[in-house]
Amino acid sequence: MAYSDKVIDHYENPRNVGSLDKDAADVGTGLVGAPACGDVMKLQIKVSDAGVIEDARFKTFGCGSAIASSSLVTEWVKGKTVAEAMQIKNTDVAQELNLPPVKIHCSVLAEDAIKAAVTDWQRKQQAKAAAPRARGVLEPGL
Amino acid sequence: MKLPIYMDCHATTPVDPRVLDAMLPYFKEEFGNAASKSHSFGWRAEEAVEDSRAKVAALIGASAKELVWTSGATESDNLAIKGVAQFHRQKGRHLITVATEHKAVLDSMHALEREGWAVTVLPVVGDGRVDPAAVKAAIRPDTVLVSVMHANNETGTIQPIEEIGAITRAAGVLFHCDAVQSAGKIPFDVERAQVDLASLSAHKMYGPKGVGALYIRRKPRVRLTAQMDGGGHERGFRSGTLNVPGIVGFGKACELAGAEREAEAARVLALRERLRSGLLAGLDLVTVNGSLEHRLPGNLNVSFAYVEGEALMMAIKDVAVSSGSACTSASLEPSYVLRAMGIGDDLAHSSIRFGLGRFTTAEEVDYVIGLVVAKVKRLRDMSPLYEMVKEGVDLSRVEWANPH
Repeated sequence: MAYSDKVIDHYENPRNVGSLDKDAADVGTGLVGAPACGDVMKLQIKVSDAGVIEDARFKTFGCGSAIASSSLVTEWVKGKTVAEAMQIKNTDVAQELNLPPVKIHCSVLAEDAIKAAVTDWQRKQQAKAAAPRARGVLEPGL
Repeated sequence: MKLPIYMDCHATTPVDPRVLDAMLPYFKEEFGNAASKSHSFGWRAEEAVEDSRAKVAALIGASAKELVWTSGATESDNLAIKGVAQFHRQKGRHLITVATEHKAVLDSMHALEREGWAVTVLPVVGDGRVDPAAVKAAIRPDTVLVSVMHANNETGTIQPIEEIGAITRAAGVLFHCDAVQSAGKIPFDVERAQVDLASLSAHKMYGPKGVGALYIRRKPRVRLTAQMDGGGHERGFRSGTLNVPGIVGFGKACELAGAEREAEAARVLALRERLRSGLLAGLDLVTVNGSLEHRLPGNLNVSFAYVEGEALMMAIKDVAVSSGSACTSASLEPSYVLRAMGIGDDLAHSSIRFGLGRFTTAEEVDYVIGLVVAKVKRLRDMSPLYEMVKEGVDLSRVEWANPH
């Protein structure tokens, strides 16, 4: 199985390998896949107050196509709003990388990773929004 | 040192130049059909075939009359298993084999299962070996055949075939041994092992692809049903025009293997150990899959934890190896051999198989050590699992989001 040039490029020159602070309030982390399956992707996004993805990082345990798929989506999400990021389809990833049928599932996992990261960020925002009210109750006299 | 470097000798081997030289006349002037009894083209082809037959037989301690030519080991395995099962169908319909056998053996057994035979597939212990006592316990009054390979193609594990041969002989059950990976590399003798059938392949021992042999014992005589009908070649065991050039190459390959085996095995073992110690010195979290003691000298099957096999192979382009990772199989299943040995799927996905051989050099080994160490480190920097482990997370307790 010969690799497509694009897949090789993403492996040789991966974009955005690394980690963001998962405890930061503006960071969403998605961890998808399972070691037993041979595919685990961690995708992190840093989102501005306006809901625009300013930065993204990934780490992947998986084959060349999995690495390329996750690398590609970190490129794509930068500058998008979270709503736009949720629209990214695995078929776009597969097409861009010329993935053969047996590797399509790598692009599916990359799509899942974005969704998981966005969902995590959204959950943090909801928790933040809920907190001030509670503080008012617990601190009488303010 | 030339790139790409070949370290996948369990998949195939290059044809030795001396073997190629022996074969060429049989493509050119000596193109006769060995079955042409009435002219010199046929007679000379037949002579070459019989000469080769003696050479292959000599390598395994058999007589030339006990060797049948096939198109390769897959065909030999099919002929042995289906041939014996079908011939002895009235006597019994139970077969025994081992979980780590080659697919040519397992799938032949499964095909018979679909036709009404009963098959017992024995497990292996952690180092990949089958327990002879388990073979003995599995034998029933209706058992007709036991099939256990000599050396495994993925992990190089050597099975205790002499103990098994003693058991099957005492029980009056036939013993087939797939000796594809062992013949010419480690001693294999049909009398010492007491095997009744053995499969051999030319292209695993520096011979050409497309030719193999099946050893069929004559004392006591083993009977089987031919799988290829059509002219009665090979004493009725296997019809079809003989691949004369291939057979000549196979004979030459066996002759060379017999003469050079001992020295070559020592040289290859030293290179294998150089590779192994180099990798273990340069990296942590590296495990060798399978017994180091009962192992083919040229085989090294290792798992690099938290790095996936196919990604590593892509990273070490210019080095030809293979992997037990699911990503490299069409079925997306990780290696069934590693699984049968109790090696977790995650480590199976991280496995790489190196197969060193006659033409491997120390320079190549040193280059590969440097390259693999560097690339594993790079991939571990990209690995979320390695990151989690270094942070102190116990991966076995993580609930993974979508085990797909």
